[in-house]
Amino acid sequence: MTSEVVVTLMPYFVLTAGLLVLLLTTAFLRSHLVALIVTLISLLAVLYVTPASIESGPQTLSDLIVIDGVALFFNVLFILAAIVTTVTGYRYLESRSRSYEEFYILVVTSTLGAMTMAAAEHFASFILGLEILSISLYALIAYPERGRASLEAATKYLILSGVASTTILFGMALVYVSTGSMTFSETLASDSSGTIYALGQSMILLGLAFKLSLVPFHMWTPDVYEGAPSPITGFVATISKGAVFVLLLRYAIETQWLSNASVTWAIGLIAIASMVIGNLLALLQEDIKRLLAYSSIAHVGYLLVALVFVSTSDSAGFALESAMFYVSGYFLMTLVAFGVVTVMSTGVDEDAGSLRHYEGLYWRRPMLAAALTIAALSLAGIPLTVGFIAKFYLFAVGVSGALWTLIWALILGSAIGIYYYLRIVISMIKREAEKPVERSQDLNAVGTVTVVLLGVSIVILGIYPTPLIAVVQQLIQSFGA
Amino acid sequence: MNVIALISFLLAAGVLAWVSERMHRNAPRWVSLVAFVVATIWTGLEWVGAPAGTEEYARQFVSWIPRFGINVHLVVDGLSMMLLVLTAFLGVIAVVSSWNETEHSQGFFQFNILWVMAGVVGVFSAYDLFLFFFFWEVMLIPMYFLIAIWGHEKKAYAAMKFFLFTQISGLLMLLAILALVYANYASSGVITFDYEQLLGANIDSTISFWLMLGFFVAFITKLPSFPVHTWLPDAHTQAPTAGSVILAGILLKTGGYGVIRFAVGLFPDASRDFATWAMLLGMISILYGGYMAYSQTDFKRLVAYSSIAHMGFILLGVYAFNEAGMQGAIVTMIAHGFSTAALFMMAGAIQQRLHTREMSNMGGLWIRAPRMGVMTLFFVVASVGMPGLGNFVGEFLALLGAFKVHVPITIGAAVGIVVAAVYGLSLMQRAFQGVPNPDVSSMEDFGIREMSVMVLMMVGLIFIGIYPQPVLDMSVPLLEQLGVIE
Repeated sequence: MTSEVVVTLMPYFVLTAGLLVLLLTTAFLRSHLVALIVTLISLLAVLYVTPASIESGPQTLSDLIVIDGVALFFNVLFILAAIVTTVTGYRYLESRSRSYEEFYILVVTSTLGAMTMAAAEHFASFILGLEILSISLYALIAYPERGRASLEAATKYLILSGVASTTILFGMALVYVSTGSMTFSETLASDSSGTIYALGQSMILLGLAFKLSLVPFHMWTPDVYEGAPSPITGFVATISKGAVFVLLLRYAIETQWLSNASVTWAIGLIAIASMVIGNLLALLQEDIKRLLAYSSIAHVGYLLVALVFVSTSDSAGFALESAMFYVSGYFLMTLVAFGVVTVMSTGVDEDAGSLRHYEGLYWRRPMLAAALTIAALSLAGIPLTVGFIAKFYLFAVGVSGALWTLIWALILGSAIGIYYYLRIVISMIKREAEKPVERSQDLNAVGTVTVVLLGVSIVILGIYPTPLIAVVQQLIQSFGA
Repeated sequence: MNVIALISFLLAAGVLAWVSERMHRNAPRWVSLVAFVVATIWTGLEWVGAPAGTEEYARQFVSWIPRFGINVHLVVDGLSMMLLVLTAFLGVIAVVSSWNETEHSQGFFQFNILWVMAGVVGVFSAYDLFLFFFFWEVMLIPMYFLIAIWGHEKKAYAAMKFFLFTQISGLLMLLAILALVYANYASSGVITFDYEQLLGANIDSTISFWLMLGFFVAFITKLPSFPVHTWLPDAHTQAPTAGSVILAGILLKTGGYGVIRFAVGLFPDASRDFATWAMLLGMISILYGGYMAYSQTDFKRLVAYSSIAHMGFILLGVYAFNEAGMQGAIVTMIAHGFSTAALFMMAGAIQQRLHTREMSNMGGLWIRAPRMGVMTLFFVVASVGMPGLGNFVGEFLALLGAFKVHVPITIGAAVGIVVAAVYGLSLMQRAFQGVPNPDVSSMEDFGIREMSVMVLMMVGLIFIGIYPQPVLDMSVPLLEQLGVIE
């Protein structure tokens, strides 16, 4: 192993080392604060070594993983999500649980799994990353010992996600049978590939669609989002979707999967169904976590426009660029939205799910309400927020690829979306509710500051996105080594 | 003129107004008033101070998102200049008219007013389609808050409806903008959102018809015209006075401005093909708006429907595609800004005093408050289209222009003026004349604050009515650019 490879792999080494330190400290010293500090140091250390890793250029390691600019970009997003989750979750956990340290261990392992997926180029690393991520998430969803809701959510996720994983595994086996290879770039569709190959690819697609909670595989999403502890809901909504999507994108580009028109059609239909049904069902929700669950279904549906675009053009550059920008925006706004829910749920027994908790929030806690407003407007794609530029990117992708049906679905979905995002805003503007709900005395100041800072970054990137666009454009140069 | 400085000034004043609430409860309204007075003087001096025959008052260019060829490109021509002065002036009116109306969260209230106006200034001067869309939406959010927070009994419903209509039509416009940019990219190989570069875009006529329609729908939603007008009566009625003044006086004009600058400017041929339909929509709006206005019992709702009728003249005039028609549309935009702002201010003043907008609860108000009566009569008569006042010039020119093109539609529209007289006088009759309502024992008349802004608007209307030439001259370069006159 040359020194260059070591530098490139450094983010993975650092996070693994941090994980070991965390395990050891937990074994000898059970302290919530120490666990948080060790976690934050290792996450920040990963960020610190990432630029050098980008510098030392894309590296392919033994067919299994490829560490390129795109993988490292997503890694940074995953680390960001982990930092926000732990920082906002600290006070939240204090009031909910009796053992804290394992929470941080699980967050770090799932981040590691997501990072592996971002770099996976082989079925083995694919399934390895996916399982590290999923198994950590089962435990995290069930984390607070009280309450049956989270146990129910975790069981549901465990069973359904397990089925999806086995479907993917079986699909991989079928693809291997027909192509004789497990490296993405070598599992191309050839003339000899027949029904077995197509079946295998479809099974992989279905499994991934489940993990991305796309319609019609979305049934688990609202229950899991509602039952999971709020910081973890935000974590699941960002990291697991981001990781699966980058993997899907890499897989689609490298296997030239979308050159098959029926696959493009299937993905297009799933996209339209997700945009329309996700948004329609979100209209009916009274619980903010369920509402955001349906909204995340719709958002991943929007994101598929970039995936379909891969099929219409020779270069995947624009699709990658728009997807990376969209996912960054999605991470920011989702983290803010669930961050606010976490802060509101700190110090009370039940999570602040119902929209009634947010009535009059403008007059009680203006900064928190402002952050949630920015997140909601950004999710709705209103200018001045990063969500608008992100949606603009998808519009541009759709128009340049002449994907008119998808664009109309995108417009329809966004139009429906405005209604329920504004409902959140309106309920915060309302005067005090007649029957005030249980209200926490714990302000979770650190969490509040975090979401406000993220909210500000949403606005800054919405007004001046050029730096982020430049970074994305530079990083996609190294895609796939 | 430095438009970026003007926009930044208004944005900064908004923040200052919000923060200043901590110092004193009344500080925000003073900050806001001073800011708008400064803006009025600033834009007024730029206008008056420019040498005669100036065609372009400002041009600024800053790179913004080079990835998509998007720049901060701001240009102020004659039409924009007039609308900027009107914007700043109506800002003063909006602040003064709601001086005592809201006690709750003054700071945030004034912040929203200033930010709407900053967005409007951007809309009237943007020469980059992305930038235009950006400002188009930016003015939407503060307006939404103005209605949703300080509105009347059905504010949440009205605010939501306003937002949905504008946003959905805005998405259509965004789609049209992107399709235009990519069509231009396909023929020229350059990605640009620049208005001046897209003016010369070489686009297939079928595509350009659909693109024109995308812009057209967005603008007539804002204008608003039949059949996408339904948000307006709710939004106007529920908005606080300052909100109604801004909405009627300025925001509706962005629709008219967009039709002239973008729908007609970018797609002249497609617009000419579509002209008869647009004029027909204008005529329907005039008659339908007038008919609906007459059937209202709510003072504000009546004025709101009358706005729909007046906006019909803008469509009628613009799509006549001749000098008289276009100039009529432009004069109507300015004159309607004054007359409707004044009537909404009146409605707000009555509601603040009597806590009702229902005309059946009024009656005989003239005796209680003669100054208010006189003022209402003046602006009602103006809005009805009495010769010598601004609205008459605008509507007459629009009809004159339309008559040369399509006689039956013009006849229909002219009937609308009669309908206007009916609802206008019936408003006067029901609210100010007749048997005084015994429940209204006393009502405070207008004081100096209210009278002074009313007089200012009167002067504006009389000036345009008697000597409209400066306004007409301002629009000549634009009409030449649009190819309406040689």
